[in-house]
Amino acid sequence: MTTTEPSPEAVEEERPIGFGRLLRKEDPRLIRGMGKFVDDIQLPGMLHLAILRSPMAHARIVSIDTSAAQALPKVVAVITGADLAEKGLAWMPTLSNDVQAVLATDKVRFQHQEVAFVVAEDRYSARDALELIDVEYERLDPVIDVRTALDADVPVIRDDLEGKTDNHIFDWETGDEAATDAVFDSADVVVSEEIIYPRVHPAPMETCGCIADFERVAGKLTLWCTSQAPHAHRTVYALVTGLPEHKIRLIAPDIGGGFGNKVPIYPGYVCAIVASLVIGKPVKWMEDRTENLVSTGFARDYVMKADIAATKEGKILAVRTDVLADHGAFNGVAAPVKYPAGFFGVFTGSYDLEAAYAKMTAVYTNKAPGGVAYACSFRITEAVYLVERIVDCLAYELGMDPAELRLKNLLKPEQFPYSTKTGWVYDSGNYEPALRKAMEMAGYDELRREQAEKRERGELMGIGVSFFTEAVGAGPRKDMDILGLGMADGCELRIHPTGKAVIRLSVKSQGQGHETTFAQIVAEEIGIPPEDIEVLEGDTDNTPFGLGTYGSRSTPVSGAAAALVTRKVRDKAQIIASGMLEVSVADLEWNKGSFSVKGDPSKSVTIQDIAMRAHGAGDLPEGIEGGLEAQICYNPENLTYPFGAYICVVDVDPGTAVVKVRRFIAVDDCGTQINPMIIEGQVHGGLTDGVGMATMQMIAFDEDGNCLSGSLMDYLIPTALEVPDWETGYTVTPSPHHPIGAKGIGESATVGSPPAVVNAIVDALKPYGVRHADMPLTPSRVWEAMQGNHTPPI
Amino acid sequence: MQVPAPFEYERATSVEHAIALRERLGEEARFIAGGHSLLPMMKLRLANPEYLIDINDLSELFHISEESGEIRIGAMTRHRDLLDSELLAEHFPIFRDAERVIADPVVRNRGTLGGSLCQADPSEDLSAVCTAVDASCVIRSTSGERVVSMSDFHVGPYETAVGDAEMLTEIRIPLKAHAGSAYEKVERRAGDWAVVSAGAAVWMDGDVIADGRVGLAAVGPNTTSIGPVSDALRGVAPSEDLYRRVGEIAAANCSPQTDQRGTAAYKSHLALELTRRSLRRAVARAQGQEA
Repeated sequence: MTTTEPSPEAVEEERPIGFGRLLRKEDPRLIRGMGKFVDDIQLPGMLHLAILRSPMAHARIVSIDTSAAQALPKVVAVITGADLAEKGLAWMPTLSNDVQAVLATDKVRFQHQEVAFVVAEDRYSARDALELIDVEYERLDPVIDVRTALDADVPVIRDDLEGKTDNHIFDWETGDEAATDAVFDSADVVVSEEIIYPRVHPAPMETCGCIADFERVAGKLTLWCTSQAPHAHRTVYALVTGLPEHKIRLIAPDIGGGFGNKVPIYPGYVCAIVASLVIGKPVKWMEDRTENLVSTGFARDYVMKADIAATKEGKILAVRTDVLADHGAFNGVAAPVKYPAGFFGVFTGSYDLEAAYAKMTAVYTNKAPGGVAYACSFRITEAVYLVERIVDCLAYELGMDPAELRLKNLLKPEQFPYSTKTGWVYDSGNYEPALRKAMEMAGYDELRREQAEKRERGELMGIGVSFFTEAVGAGPRKDMDILGLGMADGCELRIHPTGKAVIRLSVKSQGQGHETTFAQIVAEEIGIPPEDIEVLEGDTDNTPFGLGTYGSRSTPVSGAAAALVTRKVRDKAQIIASGMLEVSVADLEWNKGSFSVKGDPSKSVTIQDIAMRAHGAGDLPEGIEGGLEAQICYNPENLTYPFGAYICVVDVDPGTAVVKVRRFIAVDDCGTQINPMIIEGQVHGGLTDGVGMATMQMIAFDEDGNCLSGSLMDYLIPTALEVPDWETGYTVTPSPHHPIGAKGIGESATVGSPPAVVNAIVDALKPYGVRHADMPLTPSRVWEAMQGNHTPPI
Repeated sequence: MQVPAPFEYERATSVEHAIALRERLGEEARFIAGGHSLLPMMKLRLANPEYLIDINDLSELFHISEESGEIRIGAMTRHRDLLDSELLAEHFPIFRDAERVIADPVVRNRGTLGGSLCQADPSEDLSAVCTAVDASCVIRSTSGERVVSMSDFHVGPYETAVGDAEMLTEIRIPLKAHAGSAYEKVERRAGDWAVVSAGAAVWMDGDVIADGRVGLAAVGPNTTSIGPVSDALRGVAPSEDLYRRVGEIAAANCSPQTDQRGTAAYKSHLALELTRRSLRRAVARAQGQEA
């Protein structure tokens, strides 16, 4: 394994046949407003569905009167939980083997929970009818503060679960508790801090929605749906509705951002399906912005007690944590079944530790369910934030420079593949050059000098460092499944007679640029220009089975599948070429787009010639069928472990506590780069997310459980004005087990940037004796930290 | 997509027409100007007017002019025009300061001065600006016009002196010599409502402040001016000490609430800090030193 700089040729080549910078094929459609999203689709006779939501966080439903709503003109149906219960559809499975109410039957368990729905001839009438539904509630005390959820006297939220007497969901642990305690007991230095990662929301630009169209004669349901995982969702719908799986076609058209928000199955989808099954007409349901923010999958919400042990010279020995996880009213976490805490086990970070231990308790509260993702690679966001924050706390106590402390403890290249103390095998890494490069780009020493001068003058400047290791590309089927579905991905490649191609994927882009990236993977392997390769995804009737796009898994899993299926086609092409050139297969050499006879380059056939021959009238070599296509299902042997070094520079106004993110340097290593331009775009987006979470975002509740973040006026999304010109850099350390050496990149920046920003702000506040302050570091919260009375964001 | 409840809509052709419609339709009718407060509230069904009277065609309400020793601004003047106006920038740079931090260009292209004032959101920037510069509001009805001060205009949160059959038509700001003004705002993100903001205007007489006013947003039920602030400024030579003292008076005379934008303690602190900063800048401008 070697680490290199990205190839400069790849950067300069204008239209690479293979890897390199290439404008996105999907962009002409998307930037001209010609994309086709779920809400763009209009079907003849289509009806509209709107959902009535609970105004209370915890209440028993005494009665529901729908008569006035039903009497409103243009209203086709008004359905309550009791109606669904008659069909056995009032509850549905979550992705974590819990159940969730489709419509509440007994009581509501979070504010804005689904209570009833209306189907009407237009959107306005459906919404008008909601106001005529009369629901009588009997208020129950809500459980809002996660720290009290397990107290003896609090109400039991999930009394629907037989025998449930408390709000406990699961306990989970990883690592060796005794060994870790022993290291802590004898360590020179132990630093502890309570670190909170508040509840945030993916908030994609396009909200969730679907159109369910059940054709009674064919007995077939077509579901246009905002889905990041079309095939997995189809299987779940088959299980929920009892419809045979081959009679369900799920189509995910263009998707306006997912970030994990479109991984779970939401009650609204099921309501639309039920409505179409009952009414026999197409039914559209689209969330509004508020519904998206208040009811769909949130992320994070971990209260983490962190301890770090080290020698007085700064050798980190062990990390220990005790986590309280708020999962809301239903456990809807999207993670492989054996990983209830996702991949939080990588909280050991990028360091060579002697021991590590984590335990976690997950609880129900009267808040929206989920805990899905938000570009977190299954809870790695929390893990990386934990370790990178506590390492900075250690640096503070030791009086060491945080970059120097990290350099001293980073894993060494010769240690890879590296088995962590919690059982993860990091495939490849070369950490120090990445951090050195970031420091060089930042002018780190000069920044520290500037900071010292400014501190003399009373100005507040902070420099934050973070180093992260991600674990993406779930995953090996022996370990990883979601609801029993293994996390391997199928892929089909067909070369047409004229040498154009179509590749069919199981994943689904939500803006990541699959139509470009996957065309480039095929192009790299078989020499057909990317513009000649159609990339199809998102339609379960026309693509092979696989688990979808989230957790940065498309390139690590489906990207590998695409490369391997192309090699399979190329192998067949080679046999056909040997017949065309009348030499043995072994006498041919591949020149990216053509086979030629070894030692006689004038004798060659292009892949286009071969494609025509494969479909033509002439004979093919013995035992070779016509056509030029193949399919595979790729089962990754391990995750891939991208990494990166980030440095953030902030200025804090001492009078107002307003934070200005002045600079941000990001050095990423995602192995082999397919399209550096798309990688850069992914990094830019993730860094912006990170600034948002670190400085302004939180899904907050009042003590009654009212969600205070139900609009984009309250839940803030950073804009270009809050972020600096990103300074990006790369190293390339290929994955040894991925066929092209690529690792995922989609979430690296979201994972790595929050600790860099927070570390920078806390560093700026050092003159005030601040060692830790929790996100979101709004001006008010920064000011409180400066006053020494920082409060946790709960 | 959020959709409003049913309503009827008519486009007014003159101020008289608009007021007559309002008089006939009563309290269930609302004027719609830029729509950037009313329409979101209607979509969220927090506002459910039965009738909307569109006043976007009333050209007599679009103007910024100097007349009879006053700056007169039509109620339908858009944020964008307040931002661009050289006349305002010359006399009251506080408008440009504020408009740079109000919402975003899309909102500024539609939202209006009159709409902002009539919305009377306690966090609203232009109310603080108009309070600072001692603006008065021209309110018209079928029986004629009346002119009220900003403190009479603001009755409470989301409540103004404009009656059901009346319309705010113009804002008037007296032109006095040696004026300086400035606006300071802290927001969590560009385009957000103020955590706290402060507008200051001073009128100098030689080396002393002849008169001075401060308007604060987001620190109480409305943005009325603070009497003790003006008392402390009048006849006093400007100094850092004065700015601090006046900031303390401002902080002591507001009643902020803790919310997602910040704690009450932080907002009180900002009332002090931003009053100080806006005064410092206003004085510098009055003295011909751009700050």
